[in-house]
Amino acid sequence: MARLEQVHPAMRAALLAMACPTFDTQPWVAGPALSQRRVALISTAGLHRREDRPFAVTSGNARAIAGDYRVIPNDIMANDLVMSHVSTNFDRTGFQQDWNVVFPLDRLHALAQEGSIGSVAAFHYSFMGATEPRHMEAAAHQLARLLTQDHVNAVCLVPV
Amino acid sequence: MPTTQISLVREHTAKITPPRALWVPFELGRPLGVPGDTAFQTRVLRAALQLLEAASGPVLVDFPDDAPAVVDAPTPLVCPVSFASPPEDLSDTDFLRSALQREIAQLRTWYDLAVTRRGRTTVGVSRLTPEGMGTFIGAFLDGQAPSNPRADIPLAALFRYAVEDLKAYYCEALAAQPGNSTADSTTLADWFWRDTAAGRVLFAVHEVSKQSAIPGMQAVAAGLLIPRARSAESPFAKA
Repeated sequence: MARLEQVHPAMRAALLAMACPTFDTQPWVAGPALSQRRVALISTAGLHRREDRPFAVTSGNARAIAGDYRVIPNDIMANDLVMSHVSTNFDRTGFQQDWNVVFPLDRLHALAQEGSIGSVAAFHYSFMGATEPRHMEAAAHQLARLLTQDHVNAVCLVPV
Repeated sequence: MPTTQISLVREHTAKITPPRALWVPFELGRPLGVPGDTAFQTRVLRAALQLLEAASGPVLVDFPDDAPAVVDAPTPLVCPVSFASPPEDLSDTDFLRSALQREIAQLRTWYDLAVTRRGRTTVGVSRLTPEGMGTFIGAFLDGQAPSNPRADIPLAALFRYAVEDLKAYYCEALAAQPGNSTADSTTLADWFWRDTAAGRVLFAVHEVSKQSAIPGMQAVAAGLLIPRARSAESPFAKA
């Protein structure tokens, strides 16, 4: 359905009009075999612990919260993960039925158990995707440090 | 930090050119394809992770398969509250509020059953009870600012959270009814926006809030309340 020709015309027009950042360089960081990787998930679905503060609904200074992210412990239970993404233009019923369709933590654990990946990070993270990417740079650097301290050497970015 | 990613909008990813991306032809909101299908989700995740072993990049690979279709066609969904004469006049707010509360009450058993079966619920960001959501959202039909039950969240933001909680309550409840466990996202959205009192209330609040003096409420009404794909379906939109 994310084939654009199958998306509702109003949504398709909005997606095609969306500005996309471009970059002067194309970084490429290699690493060990997949079986040696310690993997973290970073979602843009506006996910967080049930008791954590929801992502802001902003109509004013969006830049002030642009780097806002939430920490998701690796041992979180499915019922403790909720979504407060501001957009109303994507399906949430899949997430209601099975969190793995948005946040594939159970699948990642299974891949670690069978040895396809080395291990799973102690912490995962979520942003809310309706954010100007260039304003998220400071948060991205901060997360890179946290991930490094967690000995992560592979990140899987999952949109919504 | 080496990254790989799932891409839902190929056109965006082709412009941004991240180091490694797996484009998937799935619905927005379902990056792993389909709920409850462990094998398929694993295939998608494995395909994204395997891009980490690419020798050079950037790489943008297309996942070869569409999400598996729902096997059992859902039965026609039952509207919890039948409108004897559907309100098309925004002044009939008492009728709308009453219909919403009756609907919430009638879905309660199904919702409780759904939570028991799934062992989880996605309802709860607003921290309002379902009945409280109905009262709170219904209060916006008057165009005035209702009292805010949460001191830590601005009123318009709490309204936005309550709306998603209400929608989740409805869809989780419906899935517990016989024959509905495999209802797909379009069927559920059609039901919510076309057949329920809740959908009608949200369309009504959308109209009322276009001129709202509540801070942030006009922005919520303009872009964060009615999905773009549903914007032409309001029974209250002025011709």
